[in-house]
Amino acid sequence: MRFRLNFFRKSDKDLGIVKENRKGASLQARKARVGWLFILPFLLGFVLIYLPIIYSSLKYSFNEIDILTGGGYELVWVGINNYKAALADATFVQTLLSGIEGLLVDIPTILLFSLFIAILLNQKMVGRAAFRAIFFIPVLLTTGLIASIDASNVLNDYMSSTTEGIDTGASASSGASQIVSATDLQSLFSSMAIGSDLVEFVTTAVNNIFDIVNRSGVQMLIFLAGLQGISPAIYESCQIEGASAWETFWKITLPMISPMILVNAVYTVIDSFTSENNAVMSYVNTLYNQAGDAKVISSAMAWMYFLIVILIVAIVAGIISAFVFYQKKD
Amino acid sequence: MANENVTVTKVKKESKNKIRVEFDRTPLSERLKSKYISGYFLGRVVWYIFRLVLLIGVSYVILFPFYSKIASSFMSPEDFIDVTVRLIPRYPTLGTYAAIITENGYLKALLNTFILSGSCALIQTFVCSLVGYGFAKFKFKFNKFLFLLVVFTMIVPHSTLQLSMFMEFRYFDILGIMNLLGGGVVDWISLVEDTSLNLVNTYWPLWILSATALAFKNGLYIFMLRQFFSGIPDELEESAAVDGAGVFRTFVQIVLPNAIPMMITVFMFAFSWQWTDNFYTNTFFTTSGPTLMPDIVSIPTSLALNTSAASTMYNTAIINTCGILILLPLLILYCIGQKYIIQGIERSGITG
Repeated sequence: MRFRLNFFRKSDKDLGIVKENRKGASLQARKARVGWLFILPFLLGFVLIYLPIIYSSLKYSFNEIDILTGGGYELVWVGINNYKAALADATFVQTLLSGIEGLLVDIPTILLFSLFIAILLNQKMVGRAAFRAIFFIPVLLTTGLIASIDASNVLNDYMSSTTEGIDTGASASSGASQIVSATDLQSLFSSMAIGSDLVEFVTTAVNNIFDIVNRSGVQMLIFLAGLQGISPAIYESCQIEGASAWETFWKITLPMISPMILVNAVYTVIDSFTSENNAVMSYVNTLYNQAGDAKVISSAMAWMYFLIVILIVAIVAGIISAFVFYQKKD
Repeated sequence: MANENVTVTKVKKESKNKIRVEFDRTPLSERLKSKYISGYFLGRVVWYIFRLVLLIGVSYVILFPFYSKIASSFMSPEDFIDVTVRLIPRYPTLGTYAAIITENGYLKALLNTFILSGSCALIQTFVCSLVGYGFAKFKFKFNKFLFLLVVFTMIVPHSTLQLSMFMEFRYFDILGIMNLLGGGVVDWISLVEDTSLNLVNTYWPLWILSATALAFKNGLYIFMLRQFFSGIPDELEESAAVDGAGVFRTFVQIVLPNAIPMMITVFMFAFSWQWTDNFYTNTFFTTSGPTLMPDIVSIPTSLALNTSAASTMYNTAIINTCGILILLPLLILYCIGQKYIIQGIERSGITG
């Protein structure tokens, strides 16, 4: 009896749902169709322009280019030979490994720096607007052409060599525009008996400060947006409960901002892997500009490199998303 | 209720007066002592100084290259020979600027780049808003998957696709239409001369990439705008729908006006990244194409001096002066628009 009742009830409910669904489905379908219209530009471009580009690039990586005598070229299928050749290239493998190693240093540095600066720029203080304006200059202005002009810039070193002050002896000969000379920091840290790896990490970070500032612009923006999104009510209640600023940071700010940390980590990986002053990319580019087989091998390298990037993005995203806290929205 | 309120305000007033009296009774020196000689205050002062030093330090790191560029752009060759001249030119000259503007075709490049960047940025802003809105507010099949494709276009570096991209637009053809019309498939149809379009040295490649949201970092713009639009309450659109507005009318009249700070942010990114772009202009434009910003980065013939010992330094200064001239319009734009970046970010609410 009970079973039957349940059965009937269920079927009734099912009927109801079906009815509702059909009615809702048409509206939903209409809305979905409009949604397709909105993303149509991207979809068209992806299918008609992007896929052919990707396809031809993939095709080059599996073929050999034979230059014909009458001009023009012919593609000969060679399978994975290009990939084998790429892996046999000792310079490529070495650059790749050192690039990945460098990235492992860069991700935490850029994330920590941009989070720290975003927190500073989020506080109320005199001249906040001016500081914000200054900190966002590199994102917009020091890119592309200007970055390539800056890359071979001896002027900065020349100008800052007198402003360096006391320790001109070491820096004048090396010519590097190092803000803090590495030896000073090293002696400071070694007297504090901190491990040499950490010292190395800190000194490279300090010496590359310009590079780091340049590369953490978008991350800073995203963090700032995240910080703005935290409701002031939470901080207020924290203050009333008597939490110190330190506790508030670890218990409120960090968990609330953790989705942004994930986004930024992924963005940092992608950005530093695809930037043109990346060592691997520039090696691939120089090979590309050479004649003959180097062209197809370079495209094989690019694809291999791309797979590694995807792998690293997946690993980083996997690790960080385990710690991400999502606030439940009601 | 009203009575309760009155009592509450009374209590508040009384306690306020109490505090006031207490405050008056304490001598000034005592008050200052308890205010300024405490761990709390000391901590704040230390933090304040630390913060200020850090911010000023990093600002210095950012601004110094600009200063060195500006200072050296006014220097004459004599200043580079004289080792005592470093930060401030002794024989200031405007000759470098004059030579670059007259000899390198700066004004032409300015006009061309302005048209190109302006049009591309406008198209990108609009198209990315459309796509971002589509991803944010409509639940259709494969929504998540298609958004992954957007991320995919961001991950594949465009410079690895340089050759394929050049080929695509050198022999431009969609679905073989040009091939068919040009007689590539069947001989007797030949309505047009070529079997493909040559779009190199025109603005079309960049316009097409912009209109299909495939240009430089458009994935990022779509992401930013998607986050922004999903923060706009559904009720806003629903009320518009109740009032009889269609989806597109709602988008143009209700949603877009709310998104203006974010769209200005995206526009500024798109505009400045296209303005200083090196890669696409190198790929799609040859020397016979229109003069764009990368073309002016060279040393004017009247300024070339090979004999001087300081020539490397001087040449770098000239190249940097080109950089300043390229940046000048952007700096003006940045001064106008930077407050919108913050505003756009503040309203975006990108919190997961």
